[in-house]
Amino acid sequence: MTQTPTRTPRTRRPSLAGTLRAVGYAAGLPALALLAWVLATDRSASLYFPSPTTIASTFAATWFGPALTTDVLPSLGRFAIGVLLSIVIGVVAGTAIGTTRWLRDLLEPMLEFFRAVPPVVLVPVLMLMLGVGDSMRIAVIVSGCVWPVLLNTVEGVRGVDTVLTETSRSYRVRGLLSLRSVVLPAASPQIMAGIRLCLSIGLILMVISEMFASSSGLGYRIVYFQRSFMIAQMWSGIVLLGLVGVAVATLYGFAERRVLHWYHGMREVARG
Amino acid sequence: MADTTHEKPSETRSGALLSVRDLGKTYAVGSGEVEAIRSISFDVRAGELVCIVGPSGCGKTTLLKCLSGLLAPTAGSVALDGQTVLAPPKKMAVVFQEYGRSLYPWLSVQDNVGLPLKARGVPRGERDDTVRAALEEVGLGHALTAFPWQLSGGMQQRVAIARAIAYEPEVLVMDEPFAAVDAQTRADLEDLVRRVWQDLGVTVLFVTHDIDESVYLGERVLVLSSSPTVVQEDLSVDLPAERDQISTRALPQFTELRTHVHEQIQRAKRGDRAGLPA
Repeated sequence: MTQTPTRTPRTRRPSLAGTLRAVGYAAGLPALALLAWVLATDRSASLYFPSPTTIASTFAATWFGPALTTDVLPSLGRFAIGVLLSIVIGVVAGTAIGTTRWLRDLLEPMLEFFRAVPPVVLVPVLMLMLGVGDSMRIAVIVSGCVWPVLLNTVEGVRGVDTVLTETSRSYRVRGLLSLRSVVLPAASPQIMAGIRLCLSIGLILMVISEMFASSSGLGYRIVYFQRSFMIAQMWSGIVLLGLVGVAVATLYGFAERRVLHWYHGMREVARG
Repeated sequence: MADTTHEKPSETRSGALLSVRDLGKTYAVGSGEVEAIRSISFDVRAGELVCIVGPSGCGKTTLLKCLSGLLAPTAGSVALDGQTVLAPPKKMAVVFQEYGRSLYPWLSVQDNVGLPLKARGVPRGERDDTVRAALEEVGLGHALTAFPWQLSGGMQQRVAIARAIAYEPEVLVMDEPFAAVDAQTRADLEDLVRRVWQDLGVTVLFVTHDIDESVYLGERVLVLSSSPTVVQEDLSVDLPAERDQISTRALPQFTELRTHVHEQIQRAKRGDRAGLPA
């Protein structure tokens, strides 16, 4: 019996030079931009564009004091809850809609309508319904974040390869086991793409929801600094938001590599 | 788990494990209809290895899907062990042509083979033993934790065969399983099918478009006509039970049989339906 050797996908072990090069590529452009900013602001006395050194020195004082517990952590908490709720609702409802024909026929036109409504315009409505507390802000995040997860889940669940579906049927793999071991994994590349969109929309909505009728939160703080002409502090808030975005994207990257390891491996093999 | 294959008794000729009666399938296409299968009848006894061969486009895959309960026929019936097949039966395992698409890429080789057993409620320890034995039977005892896409095409199809074996079916149905592998791998896999058939005493229904393969593998060859499809000939293969890629294929009987089947296929392609049911 002939045996073809098992092909394993190349696992790249980074060399020192390779690591340095990767860091250089990742940090190069930000470093250049920062340098340009330093040079541009060094000689000017513009009130609106303080130098990076000024912003850096205000950064710690502004955000690592009481603002950490009154603004930063509550914001991140609402963001986390909003995003998690969106993922759970999106995946559960999306799976139900994607696997049930009549539900899909019933709901699809309405889903398109709700998706097209910009979540920001829901802020006044939700404020009337839920008041001006945390639940309103979380509801704003969910109202925008749930759609990419939901619609991608519907598509992913519907798009399971017919050969796989027939294999499962002929081996009588059904119900919850089929959902857990076949349908959801098959849809997971699309679901993950939806979650990625959900995260970036969530961050935007977190800020926006705090700009209305609020007395705490990152969004509130930034607007407050701007209105009080605390320009360096305002800029430091924008920098903080950017850093949160990078951290969220990194966490997503870790999660995606775990969930979709098979998908990336398969594509790497297909590319040869 | 509740049994949802609403099986009901039906009449079969005595001794037949699988019985196909006047099976017809017509697809509704737009406003019209396409008759894929006109009327097919045949019986398979327990323990037989039957090859079904026919010109391309003659409805082999449609026939197979009807046999395995994946598709409802528009006429006639299929019965397994006296029970009319209305949904995929417990006692049947299917190996599909597209091995790359019928294995779950997110599951390891052993989990791919074990999933149908999990669905049946086989406890963990017993499941692991069955899975290991099945993978050893197909020569993949070393690849338990690999993922299907890390394996060559031939090895992937072995995994699919192992999954079918582990399911412990009475009937093993294979839909052109080796159409997409290279010639050398194909020869190995053909011998594997013969060995599995002999070792496990399972009934095998092997669909192929390859005439040589049908004669080499089968104890019996069913030649299908071109569409609308009927059984053109039911041929028994009187080759020795122990077959060998080189010496069996060199036998005069082998050459005679393959020439005969070839002529039948040519006739089928020309649409010569003399002597066939209308």
